[in-house]
Order: sequence, then C-alpha cells, then structure tokens
Amino acid sequence: MSNGAERLRRELMIRVVREFKKGTLAENIDRMPVAIRPRHSEFSRCCVYHDRAVLKYRLMALMGCDCRREDEDETKPLHEYLKETMSDPVRPERPLTVCAAGCDGCPESRINITTNCRGCFARPCVFSCPKGAIHVEDQHAVVDYSKCIKCGKCLQVCPFNAIIKTKVPCEDACPVGAIRKNEFGVADIDFDKCIYCGKCYSKCPFSAIMERSELLRVLEALKSGKKLVALVAPSAQFQFPGGIGKLFSAIAAVGFFDVIEVALGAELTTENEAKEFIERMKKGEKLMTTSCCTAYVELVKRHVPQLLDRVSDTPSPMRYAGRLAREKHPDAINVFIGPCIAKRLEAAESEEIDMAMTFEELGALLAGWGVDIMSQPEWPIPRPAIVTARNFAKSCGVTEAVLNELLGESGDIKLDGKFFNGIDAKSAKLLALYAAGKLPGNFLEVMSCEGGCVGGPCSLIKN
Amino acid sequence: MIDLEICCGTTCYMLGGAALLELEKALPEEWRQLVDVRAVPCTDACAREDLGRAPFVRLNGELIANATREKIYLRLSELVAAAGGEK
Repeated sequence: MSNGAERLRRELMIRVVREFKKGTLAENIDRMPVAIRPRHSEFSRCCVYHDRAVLKYRLMALMGCDCRREDEDETKPLHEYLKETMSDPVRPERPLTVCAAGCDGCPESRINITTNCRGCFARPCVFSCPKGAIHVEDQHAVVDYSKCIKCGKCLQVCPFNAIIKTKVPCEDACPVGAIRKNEFGVADIDFDKCIYCGKCYSKCPFSAIMERSELLRVLEALKSGKKLVALVAPSAQFQFPGGIGKLFSAIAAVGFFDVIEVALGAELTTENEAKEFIERMKKGEKLMTTSCCTAYVELVKRHVPQLLDRVSDTPSPMRYAGRLAREKHPDAINVFIGPCIAKRLEAAESEEIDMAMTFEELGALLAGWGVDIMSQPEWPIPRPAIVTARNFAKSCGVTEAVLNELLGESGDIKLDGKFFNGIDAKSAKLLALYAAGKLPGNFLEVMSCEGGCVGGPCSLIKN
Repeated sequence: MIDLEICCGTTCYMLGGAALLELEKALPEEWRQLVDVRAVPCTDACAREDLGRAPFVRLNGELIANATREKIYLRLSELVAAAGGEK
C-alpha cells in the first residue's frame, strides 16, 4: 500500500459495494462517514469531523457528483444524492472534481532559506543564481522574490542543504497548468486546459482531487439483471493476482455476461495504424503520432493544435474492442475497465462504450462482492490476443506492435520511431517542435503515464 | 521452515497484500532459506470484524492483521531467533 489516501479510498469503495449488495446502501450511506470515523477514533485531518466531511464528498464523487458544484448545499443528505444517481443515471461529463473541504490550499511554491544557512564565505547560492535574486544580510542568505524564478539552482549548490523549495503537488504534477488555486485559496481545475491525465489525482497528498465514478451505475445495471460486457484493458495482466484467466472468471462471477480482452482491439489498432502510417508516408507526410492514449490526444487538441493533423485517425483499442463486443452482443452494455481517468472521457464520447470503470473500482467490486480471484477457475478465452497487442500497455509497446506489423510490407518506407514515456510540463513545447518538423523521427508514440498504461493513475500496483 | 502465507484474497490484495508479495524478494539473505513465502487464496479473515483489518498474513499459522512489512519482519526475527535457539 503506497499511502493512506489510497487505502481509505479503496476501503470506502469496498464498503459501498458491500452495502449495495446487501441492499442496505440507501439506508446506511448517511451514517457511513460516522461509521468510518467514530467519535473517538484516530483521524487523519484536524479532527474526526473534518474527516467525515471529506468522506461525504468522497461518497458523492463515487456517485458521480461534481463536488465543486454540490458543496454549495452541505445539508443535502447522501441518500438523496444516491436517489438522484439511481433514478437519473447521467454520465458525468468531466471525470475529475476537486473537493474544496479536502484541499489544504498548500502555500505557493517558492524558494525558502532555512535556518541551516550559515552565511558562508563562498556563497555558492549567490553565484549560481541566474537572476541575481540572492544576497546575504546579517550572515544569512535572503531571496528577492521579485527576481526569483524558482529554478532551484541554489538548492543544488548549498553545502548545508539550507535551501528548500516548497511545493504545491497538484500544480507541480500538472503538465498543462490546468490546476490553480481559486479566489478562496483552494485548488480548482480549468477544464478548458485539463487533459485528464490524472497526475494531480495521484499526487495530491490530501487526496482532494477525486474521480467522478460510474461505479454505482455499473452496480445498478448488474443488479437489475442487464446484460453487461466487460472490456478489460491489457494492463490488467500485471495488476491482479493469478493472471487474466482467473480475473475474467471473477468478473463473470459478479454478473458480467461476457468478458473481452481490449488487446483484441489493440490488434485491430495495430493493423490499421500500420496501414495508415504507410499511406501517410506515401503521401509525403513526415510524421505520424499514435492516438491510443486519450490524455495525449487531449494534450494535442488543447495545447498543440498544430500537431492534430499528424495524430493517427485510427480508433483506440478500447473503441475497436467495443465494436467487437457490439458485433458479438448487440444488445449488451459495454463496460470498459482500465487504469485510466482520461479513458472515462473518451468512453463518454464513444458510441461503442457505455460505461467506464477503473482497476481500483473493479478490485473493490470483486472484494465487496466477496469474489476471491485466486480461487476462480481459468476463464476459457476463445482466442487469446497476440503478445504484441497485450504489450500495448507498456511504453514502446505500440511502436513495437506497428513495427512487427510492418515487417516485410513497408517496402522502402522505414519506420523511425521516437517516444515519450510519460508527459510533463515540457512535453507541449517538445511536441510543438515535432509539429514544426524540427525533430527527427517519422513515428511518434506518446504515453501520458510513465511506463505506459501500466503506470496509470488508477492502477492497483504502482511500480 | 517458517511458513509465511500472504493472503491474496481480493480485499487483502487491494489493501496492501499486493505490496507484501514483494517481500519474498526483499528478505535478508540469511532468512531466505528459513522462510517459505506463499501467496494463498482468501482466508475469510476479512469477513470477520473481530480479527482486525486487511491485509492479513499467517506466520506459522498465527494470524497477523493489518500486516505491514515491519510487523512481519518483527515477528519473523523472533521466530528465526527461536528456531536458531533450538538447533
């Protein structure tokens, strides 16, 4: 377990699933924050009451609510939100929200000189500062904040480790500057800029960034006996105990009608993306980029629009898998299951996908339902996807699959692959250089998460 | 041989068991021959509220709730010392 926030989030999900299965969720949901943080229990924020307040918002987000809007009405009980979610299951249009009660309003990031400073004779901080922002007063270094650009060079050279940089984890993690404090000093997301990469969600130590989940919609559909098909992303193979054969049986055990590997969709993406690459190169284009990572595509749409024509038009593995499911079970509800927040957005925009959930939610669903994965039989996978398609989940996996597909068929066109293994604040600038044709390579693979989808924000095991 | 069973029932796995599985590789060299680490299916301990919270492990049959690497190491070192004393 990597941290307490993760643990609490998962425990809460499991509890909700258990209560739902028992049919007691509506009756008990209002008491849940109190049950988890009774009067004399340990607390993680300032007191049990603060913990309970945030738990309430967490439950709201689990029902798909936008906490930013709903926090105007503190008196509305959870069972009313539940009733609304169940009677009018509208898909959340934006998969992320900020819980104002949870946000600590971390102080602005800046360079601080601590009392470790000895006002030394050499003063490397003064000499290393590119902006002349440091001087020494009364044997102590002082920062002129009107000049400081927070580059951190002084941190590296101080022989006493006397200089630190305070951080705002969500802002530091956001690759596109989409999260900033609002006039009340709490984090707020600018959804015109947000690419749903989930980095703020993973990095906030107060766990104030929340996903707007569809878990209850999935539960309701299962309970009402609807025909649900699970489309499981390739990264599942590294996430659950016992391998995907047992995992698929476990998914069927909670009531899914069929389980399909999204890697089968990845096979089609590979095939068509390889064809598309050859066509584009024959037309004289200089570069094509992948399109399977939703956060990357959003990054291009919102921040590097000049690159949009270079992004492959081939649908993602999720969408192809959705089509396969529609052919096989035209009357079923397709539920995508992956490690990703951005895929929720793509799922909402895709005709082939009806609901999306995460590995974390799947784990909670199985745990809350009392399904033990390890003791399941092997699911008879009719045709296992090929290895290169399953490896889409790893950085460079897409490139490898396309290269493999092109073997012997590309004629004199040579694929020169480049890749982004995770995006950060510099990525948009680099991508603009690719768009301008200033960088080498004719095939660019971009994965928002380090390591590829296996490093996704909603994966169970973080490597 | 000391028997270390790490519960990989879904609840334990979700709440920390997955990370405990890494423990086998991280064991000190001198313990490795003495400890048999196994991933086991759900022990049903999570369904009972009186036994504590997941994740659960069993060390020579003794149930440890809310298991962490530190807790396991502590108990293991006692067991290793006891086993050494018998020899």
